[in-house]
Amino acid sequence: MQQSDPRGEAPEMESQNEPLIRFDDVVKRFGDNVVLDGLNVDVNAGERVTLIGPSGSGKTTILRLLMTLEYVNGGTIWVGGEPFSHMYKGGRLVPASEKYLRARRKTIGMVFQQFNLFPNMSVLQNVTEGPVHSLGISKDEASERAVELLEMVGLQDKINAHPTQLSGGQQQRVAIARALAMRPEILLLDEVTSALDPELVAGVLDVLREIARETDITMLCVTHEMGFARDVSDRVFMFDAGRIAESGPPEQIFGDPQEDRTKSFLKAVLEQS
Amino acid sequence: MDFVINALPQYWEGALLTIRLTVLGAALAFVLAVVVGTMGTLRNPIARAVATVYTEVFRGVAAIVLLFWFGYSFVEITGFRLTTDFAAILALGLNVGAYGAEVVRSSINAVPRAQTEAAIALNMSWWRRTSRVIFPQAWAQMLPTFGNLVIELMKATAIVSILGLTDLTKVADDFRASAVADTFTVYTVALVAYFLFAQVLIVLVRLLERRANRRLGRPTDDSLLGLLRPPSIGTTTGGAR
Ligand SMILES: Nc1ncnc2c1ncn2[C@@H]1O[C@H](COP(=O)(O)OP(=O)(O)OP(=O)(O)O)[C@@H](O)[C@H]1O
Ligand SMILES: [Mg+2]
Repeated sequence: MQQSDPRGEAPEMESQNEPLIRFDDVVKRFGDNVVLDGLNVDVNAGERVTLIGPSGSGKTTILRLLMTLEYVNGGTIWVGGEPFSHMYKGGRLVPASEKYLRARRKTIGMVFQQFNLFPNMSVLQNVTEGPVHSLGISKDEASERAVELLEMVGLQDKINAHPTQLSGGQQQRVAIARALAMRPEILLLDEVTSALDPELVAGVLDVLREIARETDITMLCVTHEMGFARDVSDRVFMFDAGRIAESGPPEQIFGDPQEDRTKSFLKAVLEQS
Repeated sequence: MDFVINALPQYWEGALLTIRLTVLGAALAFVLAVVVGTMGTLRNPIARAVATVYTEVFRGVAAIVLLFWFGYSFVEITGFRLTTDFAAILALGLNVGAYGAEVVRSSINAVPRAQTEAAIALNMSWWRRTSRVIFPQAWAQMLPTFGNLVIELMKATAIVSILGLTDLTKVADDFRASAVADTFTVYTVALVAYFLFAQVLIVLVRLLERRANRRLGRPTDDSLLGLLRPPSIGTTTGGAR
């Protein structure tokens, strides 16, 4: 897969067994702190993957690398069979330019722990901003779709509200609608319920369950909600110190964990809640 | 009192120049502040260096020396003679723009990084991120200091009277020189006029501030008296001297 053809394009692959996302020996450092040390991960199209693991194990970093909020220090990230963290130039892989990234990252959406809604815009504008100003969709079309999405997340009566007038749970549901408005193939969710009051968590998780049910979006979730992880995920990755300690279907990871680190982590999480 | 009423047209003539210099000087300062201040937030080292040099140089020189320089020295090196009021607009705009650039730069940097990241996640270009997400949020923070700066600039326009332009200060000074009224009266009229202009500027900036804060969903003080409250002390980073 590393060889390129003369046009500088990645060679065509049978899309059947090509993973949608591939981390190939990815290294990420912050100063001397090696957070990911040669990580290899494949995620298939349509798969729902949950990342669990102790604090500081690199879960957020993986999502941020995919969202291009951080850059790899080694290895390559591939999306859809094409290089993503890198691009071909003269038949060689070089770090991706901003222009290259702009052409590719529109297939990826992200929802943040702290919502990060734009406070200078109404709820509706938050949801139409991306489609209008980076996909070039007309305002009317974007508004129509935004209203549909806001209905789906149960906020049809808050369309013209200001983000500061919403509860945390409502803000997070707007953030989910905002990400979906870009029609992403991949949705990254980083502890999206961690900043919420306990009574607001269920509403947000219900929305995510519905997305999992109704769409074929590939989802990568970092979460401490083990019940949710068990319900929606096809695979669970247990991270420890920047490596995958164990991975498997949720029934196995939660019901019959093999690794000691997984066992002790799950025990600690259960005791906490 | 008769003098005041009779002299008002002449004071008004002078005031018009003061207003014109203030408006045009502030316009130049604003454009420079936004462009250079934004350059100061870029990762590109050349853009940042240009911004640093501009702010350091023009914060460090006295507006009046700058005015003399544009008025007298400029013609010697370029062969172009600048009119005195144009020289004044340049001198004041460049000087106050340097302070404004610092305000713009620090206000943009004060917008949480998470806002930029959310905009990147929507695949927005640098220009869209800056113009639609970051700048509108930084704007509310810039306004109080901008209010102080524009008042400083308005007061500093008085330096043109030294070069013989007939602004508000010069009108008063001429009245004193011709001894048509006592010095107390001629200058008091000018003082009151400057004070009133400053009040108008304060109210305008307050209105802009209210609008900006309302847009960000922040509570605003909607009382009439709140409009006259001068910009809070301590937000100023300096002004034209
Ligand atoms: N911008 C940064 N600068 C320096 N170090 C960072 C930065 N971002 C993350 N790190 C470090 O990288 C490591 C992994 O962080 P990461 O946020 O990916 O962990 P996490 O698994 O998401 O943890 P948590 O469960 O607490 O969110 C940590 O040691 C953290 O201190
Ligand atoms: Mg994290």
